[in-house]
Amino acid sequence: MSAARKVLGYSLSNLLRNWWVLGYGLLFLFLTDALFRFGGGGPRVAASLMNVVLIVIPLVSVVFGTLYFSNSREFIELLLAQPVSRPALFTGLYFGLALPLAAAFAIGVALPAAAHGGAGLMRPVATLVAAGVLLTFVFTSVAFLAGVHFEDRAKGLGFALLVWFCCAVLYDGLILLVATMFRDYPLEPALLALTVLNPVDLARVLLLLTLDAAALMGYTGAVFGRFFGSALGIAAAAAALLMWTAVPFLLGLRGFNRKDF
Amino acid sequence: MSAPLVVSGLRKQFGRLRVLEGVDVALDAGQVTALVGPNAAGKSTLIKSILGLVRPDAGTIAVLGETIGADPHYRRFIGYMPQAARYPDNLTGDEVLALLADLRGGQAPHDHALRASLGLTAETLARPVRTLSGGTRQKLSAVIALRHEAPVLILDEPTAGLDPLTSSHLKELVRQRAASGAAVLLTSHVMAEVEELADVLVYLVDGRVRFSGSLDELRLRTGQRRVERAIAHLMREVA
Repeated sequence: MSAARKVLGYSLSNLLRNWWVLGYGLLFLFLTDALFRFGGGGPRVAASLMNVVLIVIPLVSVVFGTLYFSNSREFIELLLAQPVSRPALFTGLYFGLALPLAAAFAIGVALPAAAHGGAGLMRPVATLVAAGVLLTFVFTSVAFLAGVHFEDRAKGLGFALLVWFCCAVLYDGLILLVATMFRDYPLEPALLALTVLNPVDLARVLLLLTLDAAALMGYTGAVFGRFFGSALGIAAAAAALLMWTAVPFLLGLRGFNRKDF
Repeated sequence: MSAPLVVSGLRKQFGRLRVLEGVDVALDAGQVTALVGPNAAGKSTLIKSILGLVRPDAGTIAVLGETIGADPHYRRFIGYMPQAARYPDNLTGDEVLALLADLRGGQAPHDHALRASLGLTAETLARPVRTLSGGTRQKLSAVIALRHEAPVLILDEPTAGLDPLTSSHLKELVRQRAASGAAVLLTSHVMAEVEELADVLVYLVDGRVRFSGSLDELRLRTGQRRVERAIAHLMREVA
């Protein structure tokens, strides 16, 4: 896979000079810093940041990823005309995008957190960074899946935004609807299944279980916590998130391997 | 010795649209073959099949005697210049050239004379690609295609967007490569260019080869001296 490493290397040096990626990192830097200055103690900063992380990271990863993939189309064709295998190219491109995005976010949050210090802060910040990085990987692979399957850039972007909208917005309404409509039935198993279907909610559960902020949990988080107990719940949510990274990535790779350019 | 590139019985269908319907083409070493045909004749699909970008439904492609399959190794023997190249915005020309040399493996080619003859200076190549004009990017593509001295060259509208001086330098380079034994496949919409560069002409319509032969054979068959008129004659004949 040395070709994958070479593609990764070029992609990193290209994107680390990209103003959008730098601006994205700076956004988190200023936001985190401002929250520490004005938002009170560590756990409350983590809780405020969590809401930004759950909305902004999926949105930016999926939109930027889809546009990046479709803009790279001609270059991808030129690279494929070289002695490079398709899986190596796809893997290199994927990590070449997901790593800079994840790094911009992680550094943007970690720097102010380190500056404002506090020993009790390590755990919430580390969890927040881990959840954000996982979400970046999930939605970058969704973006690549969209890029592979839609020739038309507008359609790809539409698909990507639809996935984001379903996960970040529509889903909460759906949960409320299900909960009120079937309130006379045992809902736990159904809600657990629904949570596994949504990476954004999985990240929320993961965060809340580790932050131990029971009051902020929401319905599905409470169910998850009660059902699994804390440690097992965290492991299950993390495993499901990893699945969410792997499945769209593998589907995208399969499509990329079979695609006619 | 067999031809460096042999395409036989190539078929490709996109959905219900039949793009290639049994195409046979052989490129001889030391010759420039022009691939000509109206829009949507299947020229791009044929080129993309040779490069492995399109998976044909049937037929075989052999490069230097080896039938190509899933192994990308054979593309080491092909130099490809795309019609309109786009490169990663923030990389410099030098970095793009380094990446493409790196992906080919082996040692970096000595292409300074080539860069110079196409008018690519060190200052130009040190700038980010997004600041370069379309013509300059086209020169970059020409360097990428020509510098490895590949035995098979595929040039898709190579002179489109180039100034007359660079264009004539590039044509000179293509002739030199053919003279030193490369098999060149060229597409062009400029018939004067075909007349100037090509030894052999392959005329593709609706996914089928309607004429394949030397320019003299073309003139003899159509009774026209100018290639442009001869092609127009062929087009009318087929229609």
